[in-house]
Amino acid sequence: MSLHAYLILAAIVFAIGVFGVITRRNTIGILLGIELMLNAVNINLVAFSRFNGNAAGMVLTVFAIVITVAEVALGLALVILLFRTRRTAIADQIDWLKG
Amino acid sequence: MTLEVAGFWAFAIVLVGSALAVVLSKNLFHSVLWLALALTGTAGIFLLLNAEFLAAVQILLYAGGVVTVVVFAIVVTERLVGATLSQTNRHVVRGGVAAAVVLTLVISWIRRAPDLVKPVLMDGDLTRTIGVTVLTQYTLAFELLAVLLLVSLVGASYFARPEE
Repeated sequence: MSLHAYLILAAIVFAIGVFGVITRRNTIGILLGIELMLNAVNINLVAFSRFNGNAAGMVLTVFAIVITVAEVALGLALVILLFRTRRTAIADQIDWLKG
Repeated sequence: MTLEVAGFWAFAIVLVGSALAVVLSKNLFHSVLWLALALTGTAGIFLLLNAEFLAAVQILLYAGGVVTVVVFAIVVTERLVGATLSQTNRHVVRGGVAAAVVLTLVISWIRRAPDLVKPVLMDGDLTRTIGVTVLTQYTLAFELLAVLLLVSLVGASYFARPEE
């Protein structure tokens, strides 16, 4: 398969992730959409790395995976904290800063 | 070559199908399980691109670690994840439009760029190359990431600490 096939596949997955982030009500569901988007970026990085013969893209993928794991851990801790103080995980109801 | 094409289509169908199930599933718990399948499909794509190390990392960290953590978070906040509860908000149409616009823009941009047909073979063991590159050229970034991971884990356990 050519480079474009991989890039278009990643674009489709990214668009699905965007849809999930916009439409989900639950904060955890929004996090799942972000996971999909980050995953699409990783596919792009590995594909570019492979087709250009440069290992730096794969190193960058490892870094991106580590950052994603940190983001998920922190995000879920925040969701649990919000649920504990507010008894809700629905993003629309978390509006403390609304004037 | 035909095996590669067949594998690509198989993994692409699994990946796109399970990604759709992640965002469309009515039950959040099912969404997470579909996410595990989508992440495994991505590992398959990595295998097709000869990135065995990344495929292993993907399955260990994502499909193993992240999915487990998300399942725990859902169990803790379970009261609001019943199958009867609507999991989508009123922005479904707007979300579809936004996703379609993103997709069209990205694909039209990709189509304008020159295509590369043949992967460039890298000499030697790719896993070894990745390891050497991380520990020589990108040492500073690697150490910073270690600090970032530590800080975020300490922060996460602080936020999620038991109530006094």
